[in-house]
Amino acid sequence: MEASLQHRRVTSPTNEPASVRWALILVGLVYMALFIVLPVIAVFSEAFAQGWGTFFQSLQSPDAQSAIRLTLLVAAIAVPLNVVFGVCASWAIAKFEFKGKAFLITLIDLPFSVSPVISGLVYVLLFGSGSVLGPWLKSYGIEILFAVPGIVLATIFVTFPFVARELIPLMQDQGSGDEEAALSLGASGWQTFWKVTLPNIKWGLLYGVLLCNARAMGEFGAVAVVSGKIRGETTTMPLQVEMFYNEYQGTAAFALASLLALLALVTLVLKTALEWRFGDELAATGRGH
Amino acid sequence: MEVRVQNVRKEFDRFPALHDVSLDIASGELIALLGPSGSGKTTLLRLIAGLERPTAGKIFFGAEDASEKSVQERNIGFVFQHYALFRHMTILENVSFGLEVRPRATRPAKAEIRRRARELLDLVQLSGLEKRYPSQLSGGQRQRVALARALAIEPRVLLLDEPFGALDAQVRRELRKWLREIHDRTGHTTVFVTHDQEEALELADRLCVMSQGKIEQVGTPDSVYDHPQSPFVFGFIGESSTLPVTVERGDLWLGDRPLGVSGAEGNGPAQLYFRPHDIELVEADAALSGVVASSRRVGGTRRVELELGGSAHRVEIDLPFDHPAGERSQISFRPKRWKLFPAG
Repeated sequence: MEASLQHRRVTSPTNEPASVRWALILVGLVYMALFIVLPVIAVFSEAFAQGWGTFFQSLQSPDAQSAIRLTLLVAAIAVPLNVVFGVCASWAIAKFEFKGKAFLITLIDLPFSVSPVISGLVYVLLFGSGSVLGPWLKSYGIEILFAVPGIVLATIFVTFPFVARELIPLMQDQGSGDEEAALSLGASGWQTFWKVTLPNIKWGLLYGVLLCNARAMGEFGAVAVVSGKIRGETTTMPLQVEMFYNEYQGTAAFALASLLALLALVTLVLKTALEWRFGDELAATGRGH
Repeated sequence: MEVRVQNVRKEFDRFPALHDVSLDIASGELIALLGPSGSGKTTLLRLIAGLERPTAGKIFFGAEDASEKSVQERNIGFVFQHYALFRHMTILENVSFGLEVRPRATRPAKAEIRRRARELLDLVQLSGLEKRYPSQLSGGQRQRVALARALAIEPRVLLLDEPFGALDAQVRRELRKWLREIHDRTGHTTVFVTHDQEEALELADRLCVMSQGKIEQVGTPDSVYDHPQSPFVFGFIGESSTLPVTVERGDLWLGDRPLGVSGAEGNGPAQLYFRPHDIELVEADAALSGVVASSRRVGGTRRVELELGGSAHRVEIDLPFDHPAGERSQISFRPKRWKLFPAG
């Protein structure tokens, strides 16, 4: 009995044989290469198919330039607003008890579960010519739909859960002990927020901002519905990519697309770096997306 | 600073956590709020701190009504069970925090803040660790930093919420002694919450025993231990054994057997309480006589569990571990000191 036990190789019960492990890894790698790496390479190779010169030239076309500017502007408005909202909402949810809390948490997740096209259509219904608000605002010379405000609104709606979802579990996990300690030491609410709360959540916040920004710049569906696609005015980068492509300007389309892909890669690298460096502090949050 | 809690009631969502509690805390004393979980002791501490608002009643700091004051205005030092140190600050920055956040008019100069923080770290015997971060310290060290941080603002009252609750037994005992020394040296009025009676008995000048949102008894450790005023206090502070007895003309009876104990007041059924070690072994007939159900040696004593009256009742008594009676299967004893409470 004892002898036979000694002869058998001792392996952990959760450890599969090497053949199975390698097969699984291979499947994973092939799948990734086929569906993720290959398309990314295709984007870049198309973009540079006619050389660096054409690449930069197509990026300097007025349409491309205005699309880049608009995308940056939309992100510059939407991301900070969602940061402020996200911090407020997470603070309220994590530190206080109130009625309708569970409902608010569900509501924050709504943009994730609704198709982006619907998100855009909501604004068409709200501000369109058939609505109450639209014509009223128009009488004051304020255009929402098929203009920059509409694009910003739609982008805010779509990207609104990223920061809050990142922070809520983090702040719930941290509790309010640190804040109570700061207050008992005489700090004002404002000092407590800047000196204690914010440093405690800064990496989670940065992580949320990163994802929020990537989505804000890359959003297509919701923005497509409200933009009206006025060339040089209301086309963001993803919309402009589609327009170039439909007009058979392959290089221009892929040049612009490669910028978006680059943004995605940078986001990915930063995200991984954050997870690697501050994994412990981020660990509390559910990595759902 | 003396603290007066006057008829304070606290409800959480209509669920009462404290019923009409009043407590006078003398200046410079070290008082323990002692009770099981859910007794309201932490709520009372947080009310004194201003971290909670009373539903009714008032809290005075000296002659001043502090009830409406915010936690910042009360100038208290609070030490949390889980330390609540600021993890992104060094030890020195943690201790300096309370002075750094003061408005410019009352804030000491930078060098002065550093000097005071160093002095306090010296007091809590952590000199040399100024540049460390909380995560690099042991639990006991963290709690000492938390205390230094609370003392830095020169609090009028020092409040500690289960300060040693998260530490292991050895460290607890050391820190207990050490806290007593710090208190004797600095003389702060100190209130600390604990569920550990040994800690309370050893450390406090006075105990405030709480149960179910009420104060059961307040007094020195000796008086609470020797003269418990309620069955709850008798059972909660120290070991106790209890028996349902009948009083007849001053004599106690267990069923139809006299206990050989007299001098009781009243007539009728009552509940007898005594300490397992406060007994004497007797050979008389008029005594409690039981069959040994179990016998365990705990350090220097032997704890014997006896079945009395068939197996209707069980009591525990303590004998010296080498007492010959420990070998017997039947033991007769009489409680030396005891107390009767109404039956029920």
